[in-house]
Amino acid sequence: MKSAPLLTSRRTLITGLASSGGLLLAGCSDTQPPTYGNVLRMADNLTYRVQRLLLPRQSLAREYDSRDITSIPAIGTTDPADPHQGAYNEKNGVIYQQLRNGQFADWRVRIEGSVSRPGSFSLTDLQRFPARTQITKHTCEEGWSAIAAWTGVPLRRVLEAAGIRPSARFVNLYAFDDVAESIDMLDALHPQTILAYGMNGRELPIAHGAPLRLRVERQLGYKSLKFVHRIVVTDRFEDMGKLSEPWNGWAWYVGI
Amino acid sequence: MSSKKGSPASTDAGAGHTCWVRVTHWIVAASVVTLAVSGFTILMAHPRLYWGAVGNDLTPALIELPISRNYRHGGWEVSTASFPAGGTAVSAERTYDILNENSWARSLHFLAAWFLVVTGVIYLLVGTFSGHLRRDLLPRRGELTRRQLRDDIAAHLGPRRQPTVGGPPYGLLQKCTYCGVVFLGLPLMALTGWAMSPAMSAAYPFLPEMFGGTQSARTIHFCVFVALILFVLVHLVMVGLSGFKRQMRAMTSGRPT
Repeated sequence: MKSAPLLTSRRTLITGLASSGGLLLAGCSDTQPPTYGNVLRMADNLTYRVQRLLLPRQSLAREYDSRDITSIPAIGTTDPADPHQGAYNEKNGVIYQQLRNGQFADWRVRIEGSVSRPGSFSLTDLQRFPARTQITKHTCEEGWSAIAAWTGVPLRRVLEAAGIRPSARFVNLYAFDDVAESIDMLDALHPQTILAYGMNGRELPIAHGAPLRLRVERQLGYKSLKFVHRIVVTDRFEDMGKLSEPWNGWAWYVGI
Repeated sequence: MSSKKGSPASTDAGAGHTCWVRVTHWIVAASVVTLAVSGFTILMAHPRLYWGAVGNDLTPALIELPISRNYRHGGWEVSTASFPAGGTAVSAERTYDILNENSWARSLHFLAAWFLVVTGVIYLLVGTFSGHLRRDLLPRRGELTRRQLRDDIAAHLGPRRQPTVGGPPYGLLQKCTYCGVVFLGLPLMALTGWAMSPAMSAAYPFLPEMFGGTQSARTIHFCVFVALILFVLVHLVMVGLSGFKRQMRAMTSGRPT
């Protein structure tokens, strides 16, 4: 007689687990990256959905003291103008070389897509916004981590200045090398998501993404795209082809 | 789950493994093997372990493991001597093409982790409510004494007797080992794993802090992995010594013989 109510609650629990699992797995394909039928991508999407569902949405990554700053490796593309690097893009590499020769005075970042005032910003324009400096931990998928100070403008400010539309759901960023990243609106509008032009009290070094890089503090390091030159706001998830993670076999969401 | 049969002391003695124990056992076993293989692959990308919040190729390591060509590769070119805000901190560019299979290894690791965590939670819930944990796994009142432990160790070292059944009741050392895996090893793996996640540690800062930092959590994750691998090896040896075919039959079809 004791086991009857237990059985009922257990059955309810299992039914509940199964149905919430179904809800998580179903989902509209516009709101998450394509899986290409790959079971690994399905697991990535499950993690994305569950973390978005269960974790507090506006929690802040821990910020450290300037005494905590550590040495930091520069990996991936460390110079987009170097044709010997893996993600070298010939057209953009030449442009990058010219801009660098002019101390990035002629560099501008374009903003387009689901915004009412598409346009571009120079470094001076970006530096006119109120700056934010955050000393945070960079966590690399390889397993190492480092603490550095990043100074820049919150992406939210720039998106609002460009007149972001209410229908916007994702922000795609393109770099001078053959790499692109996209983040959802929750991360894009997060107070610690910044477009950084400074690092550890000086200008952002070339190896770390000069003149402008993204910082997304609640995901792994590779989401913090270096060498940003174009930002496209979209209403639905857009597969950026061979530039993006799902295509290259990497997880798109890496809050884990 | 047949908790109707008599008193807890005699329940299921010699009845083999219940169906849900067999199912969860094999899902957990498959998850652990997948996690071990993918986890080792992830470790090969950066075979250095640290203590504290952060650590990388430019900071001292606690342990360096010679398990891939990334071991002490030294392919770094210091590009920035120091930063105004960072004291003696330097930046260096990698000049070496490292081994990195993390694209599939990480996603496979987390896929298997989902299976382990969901199955583990179901196991703990059903195990609690069915009485399996209390009846079969936890040592009974008065059972965990120094003398009984000594006797059981002596029995393990002495000439082997074939047990009559597969499944509970378990010996004292067996109970202690299973409890260690179920209540300590696997939960520690989940907690240290979550402590490494940037989203989880932003939401719950106590996760990395309870282990002394994210890199400490990674080091503990590795140490518990080694302990669990040792458990699996000893477990397999014991299964072999006590009658491999009979034990496999008890854990698959469930027929106790």
